[in-house]
Amino acid sequence: MIAESGHYALVLALGLALIQSTVPILGARWREFALMNVARSTAVAQLAFVAASFAALVALHVSSDFSVINVFENSHSMKPLIYKITGVWGNHEGSMLLWVLILALFGGMVAIFGNNLPISLRAHVLAVQAWIASAFYLFILMTSNPFLRMANPPIEGQDLNPVLQDIGLAVHPPMLYLGYVGFSISFSFAVAALIEGRIDAAWARWVRPWTLVAWIFLSLGIAMGSYWAYYELGWGGWWFWDPVENASLMPWLAGTALLHSLVVMEKRNALKVWTILLSILAFSLSLLGTFLVRSGVLTSVHAFANDPRRGVFILLILCVFIGGSLSLYAWRASALKQGGLFAPISREGALVLNNLLLTTACATVFVGTLYPLALEVMTGEKISVGAPFFNLTFGPLFIPLMIAVPFGPLLAWKRGDLVAAAQRLIAAGVGALIVVAVVWAWTLGGGTFAPLAIGLALFVILGALSDIVERIGLFRMPFSTAIRRAGGLPRSAWGTMFAHAGVGVALIGIVCETTWNTEFIRSMRIGDVANVAGYSLKLEGLTPRQGPNYREMTAQFSVSTDGRLLDPMTPSKRSFTTRGATTTEAALLTRGVSQLYISLGEISGDGSIGVRIYHKPLVLLIWFGPVLMAFGGMLSLSDRRLRVGAPKPARSLRGLQAAE
Amino acid sequence: MSLIRTLCLALAIGVVAANAAYAVQPDEIMSDTAKEARARDLSRELRCMVCQNQSIDDSEAPLARDLRLLVRERIAAGDSDAQVMDFLVARYGEFVLLKPRLNSHTWLLWFLTPLALSGGGIALWVHSRRRARSAAGQDTALLSLTADEEARLNRLIGAETAPEK
Repeated sequence: MIAESGHYALVLALGLALIQSTVPILGARWREFALMNVARSTAVAQLAFVAASFAALVALHVSSDFSVINVFENSHSMKPLIYKITGVWGNHEGSMLLWVLILALFGGMVAIFGNNLPISLRAHVLAVQAWIASAFYLFILMTSNPFLRMANPPIEGQDLNPVLQDIGLAVHPPMLYLGYVGFSISFSFAVAALIEGRIDAAWARWVRPWTLVAWIFLSLGIAMGSYWAYYELGWGGWWFWDPVENASLMPWLAGTALLHSLVVMEKRNALKVWTILLSILAFSLSLLGTFLVRSGVLTSVHAFANDPRRGVFILLILCVFIGGSLSLYAWRASALKQGGLFAPISREGALVLNNLLLTTACATVFVGTLYPLALEVMTGEKISVGAPFFNLTFGPLFIPLMIAVPFGPLLAWKRGDLVAAAQRLIAAGVGALIVVAVVWAWTLGGGTFAPLAIGLALFVILGALSDIVERIGLFRMPFSTAIRRAGGLPRSAWGTMFAHAGVGVALIGIVCETTWNTEFIRSMRIGDVANVAGYSLKLEGLTPRQGPNYREMTAQFSVSTDGRLLDPMTPSKRSFTTRGATTTEAALLTRGVSQLYISLGEISGDGSIGVRIYHKPLVLLIWFGPVLMAFGGMLSLSDRRLRVGAPKPARSLRGLQAAE
Repeated sequence: MSLIRTLCLALAIGVVAANAAYAVQPDEIMSDTAKEARARDLSRELRCMVCQNQSIDDSEAPLARDLRLLVRERIAAGDSDAQVMDFLVARYGEFVLLKPRLNSHTWLLWFLTPLALSGGGIALWVHSRRRARSAAGQDTALLSLTADEEARLNRLIGAETAPEK
């Protein structure tokens, strides 16, 4: 009954989406307000029905209704409740349902909070949003229905893939999808603008908060996924240049570029045509990511050809939306008027440089991800493109980018003064050079790359701080004045500072982890001591343990440094009975922002166990950086200029009261 | 074993996860640390051919172990890094390299980044020159308001100033 209602709710949502995708457009054409307003009610109703459908699937998973194929294949009655819930999106069908739920959520939010939008723009945006939604509802209903039942229900389920039975699954996919799918809003706004043939600075102002929300979630989602891989995986890697990761990195790079070009458009009414293109590209790359991940094309081109139904359907969606929007762009973009002029050395110029480098980085990831597929399809030749390729091509692009980042906020709009900006960055530059020298001397003989990279990262951080220091007049004015001015600074300025500093922080983490990572691989017996980076770790014992749906072998390590005893570490190895799979649960000991990391290998006949111990210096900065960036994004989002519902001056309120 | 890959593939197509164990085993390690370091560096550039885009250094598949041992065998026999790579390519094809060699089929892959960067730079430069030249004829239509906006603006101004009169 629950399954059938969930299924039915989804069909109704499709019906609503079809209405939403046509009626408002006609309304806009005929200038009928009633018809345009249909968009609003259908968007909200659509959200309600998809939410009901999703809730139905959650209820089926929680109650372990194994007559539903999706539940049978991905759940187990003994599974802890949290994994019963997260298991809903731990499979293809459920994750697609989450995808459309988030799409409907964004549509609903635009409908609810979009009061200040011109009514025809809102109608168009919601209609475009409904086109996307309709396509994906059809996809789910025709090829990936999670509500299908089977004739002879089994008594027990097949359990969820053990590596997914982790708190990471509760956070990572929803965050990532909020980011991915969030870019659909800027896409819809761009297509709506092209349909209407009118775009101005106000458009950028409406789009920016939505893009920012999507970008914040995508940043956190990617960082979260990376940390999850790091601790769950067992060998301490955190980024693999895997096509699936690249699929999320590409929209992030395009989205970051978009955020910056939206600033130019909002402030200076320039770069309109380019901004529209980026809006289309960011979401197109999200769709491409969905295609890559969902179609099975990554496993192999042949796997895709063997069961092409889903893949072909998404490919079709991909072609229609990307092809359609780009054709519309080619047709209408020339009609858009170009806005404000600027000199190459200016704030706009700096943001254009940012866009050039980020889109090139995005293109590099794109070609590296798709080239092997394309080459195999066209010539049958098989090549591999992996981490060594990306490190060589993608990495260098970040050097000019990082050098340019601190200059951007210091340049004036229209025409900037590079020398003056450089003078203000002298302190940051000197600080960075001192650090380069210190690090280089400290690690003498360890190469020059790492000290230079750390110096560059520090330059970015100090540069971001210099901008704030400059703006509030710290060291130039009395301290109290500076504090007052700091309070008066727009939140978006603080946002820029935190986001830019976050880039530097992440870079420090990346460089330190890759350069000074210590690794210890050995077979250990009980009583053996490992000495790693100044820590001694003694294997105290091995104990078997029974978990809810797995058995595990835990090892106890006592950790000491300089004769002081630290917290013990207990890595384990789990065997999941139902799927017959094992997972490695690494043990982490955090010291400041560095970590000790232990993962277990096989136990051999003589009672010794394979052990991997790592000391990863400053590794936490890798994820702390993106968190800072997202925090900067949130500050910027809370800036009053961007708050939903244009702020009204208090004076006019008083005035209205007086008039009564 | 790359988790992300397992995760995403599992999410994507419901593939059953293989064991999450680790790659280099204690018994594989060479006693000569310099040679071992070379072996590790080479391993990171070689693909485990039965895995998804994983290097043999990360993979726990039996084939990856065989390849790791093979690399160490060649190094122990005195091969240079290039010789080891050539040996493996001769045996397993270009597919084994995670960083493809530059040839007629891969030049686009390698040169796209510099081409995009320089092409984009040139396009920007040309564009800004052209715009600067046509700046004289800056259109004013852009800055003027439509009738709709004019009315709305008047309304807003009216609402704000009227009571003060």
